[in-house]
Amino acid sequence: MKAFRLALIAYLLMPTLHGQGKVSVLFQSDAQWYLEDKVLDPTGEFYPDEEFLGQGHALITYQSGNFTAGLRYENYQNVILGFPTGYRGEGIAYRYAQWQQGDWNFTVGNYYEQFGSGLIFRSYEERGLGLDNAMDGVRLIGDLGNGLQIKAVMGRQRLYFATGEGVLRGVDLGWDLTQPFPKLLDKGVFASIGASFVSKFQRGYDPILNLPNNVGAWAIRGDVSKGLWDWSSEYAYKINDPSYDNGYIYRPGQALVSTLTFAKKGFGLLLSGKRIDNMSFRSDRNAQQFDLFVNFLPSSTTPHLYALPSLYPYATQINGEQGGQVEVSYQLPRGSKLGGKYGTLFVFNASIAQSIDKQVLDDGSMAQAGSMGYQSDWLKAGEIPYFQDINASWSKKYSRSYKTMLTFYDLRYNKTVLIDGVGDAVILDSPNMDSVIHVQAVVWENQFRLANKQTLRSEIQLALADGYRGDMAMGLLEWTISSNWTLAAQDIYNYGHPTPSRRLHYPIVSVIHFNGPTRFQIGYGRQQQGVFCVGGVCRVVPPSNGLSISITSSL
Amino acid sequence: MRQLLLLSILVISIGAFGQGLPDVTIQTLKKQSIKASELTHDGPMVVSFWATWCKPCISELDAMADYHEDLVADANLRMVAISIDNARTSSRVAPFVASRGWNYDVYVDANSDLRRAMGVNNVPHTFLLNAQGEIVWESNRYVPGEEEVLIEQIEALAHNEKLKLNRGEIMRSQSTQQ
Repeated sequence: MKAFRLALIAYLLMPTLHGQGKVSVLFQSDAQWYLEDKVLDPTGEFYPDEEFLGQGHALITYQSGNFTAGLRYENYQNVILGFPTGYRGEGIAYRYAQWQQGDWNFTVGNYYEQFGSGLIFRSYEERGLGLDNAMDGVRLIGDLGNGLQIKAVMGRQRLYFATGEGVLRGVDLGWDLTQPFPKLLDKGVFASIGASFVSKFQRGYDPILNLPNNVGAWAIRGDVSKGLWDWSSEYAYKINDPSYDNGYIYRPGQALVSTLTFAKKGFGLLLSGKRIDNMSFRSDRNAQQFDLFVNFLPSSTTPHLYALPSLYPYATQINGEQGGQVEVSYQLPRGSKLGGKYGTLFVFNASIAQSIDKQVLDDGSMAQAGSMGYQSDWLKAGEIPYFQDINASWSKKYSRSYKTMLTFYDLRYNKTVLIDGVGDAVILDSPNMDSVIHVQAVVWENQFRLANKQTLRSEIQLALADGYRGDMAMGLLEWTISSNWTLAAQDIYNYGHPTPSRRLHYPIVSVIHFNGPTRFQIGYGRQQQGVFCVGGVCRVVPPSNGLSISITSSL
Repeated sequence: MRQLLLLSILVISIGAFGQGLPDVTIQTLKKQSIKASELTHDGPMVVSFWATWCKPCISELDAMADYHEDLVADANLRMVAISIDNARTSSRVAPFVASRGWNYDVYVDANSDLRRAMGVNNVPHTFLLNAQGEIVWESNRYVPGEEEVLIEQIEALAHNEKLKLNRGEIMRSQSTQQ
């Protein structure tokens, strides 16, 4: 392995020194100096053993003609609080070589790939969360002509500085139908279909359960677009895959996602629905948390853009959920009487997620290891509400110097499921044990342009909750002094926390400096305990107080 | 340590900077695959990485929309917006763009392949390319008013004026000349 790394580096260096090819570098480093805070953390439960924690990485990519190679060096000394502790130490955790030969593209080493929307296979990274399930193996992508593309992958997935036990093999076929049938284009129709298959191999050793060594999953998808309309759908099926996630049951998994959109200048509509049943798919059946996910199950809710609503995030319940979303956006035209000079935008979004129907098996059991788990009817809704979000926003730019936005939220948040992680079977056994929090929030944002190219941005937020965190208010001021310097100050006051001793202020001040493509940020203050999410995947962040430093750069 | 040393040498030895976009596959809003390297233009081209969940990105593209028509007419601008929305939110992109009246060429980079290839850490990240496909300016932030800096660069490029390069870009320019 070491020889491979050195050979790759040498290959990278040679042409670069001779001024050929292209190189890009991406660098990021985050560090935090933790201070003890007896008010925030009275018992010191969350205070780390080390006062200063830091981590960083640099991704270097080289391209010359049809050849591309890259590597990423990572360093964790040690990971900041909330980050997966499996990251420890340093090393080159990602390296690859890739070349194009005619219509064929070859990759050896690490790579990220996705089949369709990822229901049965997606290797990807979310560095902010410490999520990285890069493949380590080989990949082949080929253009077979007539719009037909094939992808084939084989390898194992990254697990911190090692790879997981399971071996993955997969193939995906995508067909752009407008190429063999160009008359579709004449009629304004774009259409594509696809199918994929993924197999996981992991030896099963268990004194009681007969665990499958091979687990296969397949998916089919289609997309049709005509005029302003677009409809896309994907269905996936996975054979029995007893795992830690599903309690070692033998029920096959299924997933269906379907979305219809309408897009016309000034008006947008989105309708989506989905159903997921036992579709957790990892390359190690005993893996937990973020480790070794083979697939990606998107939630049908919209990420929130502001701090207080974001304290109530939603992530897909991989063992089963059903839900849907509708979003309507409309812009009153620019120059119209109501729209004003710059137009006025209205957006309405409503989304819901709840459990799927789950009934006991014929023998009266439910979710017992070694059994089929449960019975489920596609046409029936589950009994447990997970999440509901209704929000509406209005934004208007009055002049070049002033813009304002107002957003209302009405959320129903099942804390028992989403924060405490209690499973359906337990809740169904004890109805009404789950705690659904009702949150109503409003956010008012204003942007002002001042003299000398300075700008001021403010946010006033209020979130009223009938439990859990209780009522909160927040104020934020962001002052951009010049194109290189920004100062920001914010305070969240949790004045209505159900526990009086938790009615705390969470102030943070930040200085952000830009120098070309380099961004330097330093902040000081209290961080609330919560859940931090990117792209629908979340991790728990403990409360902390201290100084944080973040540097990002690219070249 | 040895690895670090090798990496340092590699970074220091960088002798060239990119021309054009990488040969990475992205998708149109009609779900058709195209190579990013096919995105060329005979004048200034802005490539802006954004996402529907990124507030500053939306503010930047909203702000540019006020000037877009004039810049296309006066500076022969092509504006490309690359969404890094994943499967969760990528279906929102088309109605999102349409309702805001953005007349940009919008593509989706759902698994961040182009983002990685172009060294984009966080969004927003905006590049300005000249007619030769060379990246002549870039910015990895947006604060209200920042669009005026970009517009100045576009207009300067369009009129073959000397760009106001920051230190990083000067180094790149010198490297390219070498």
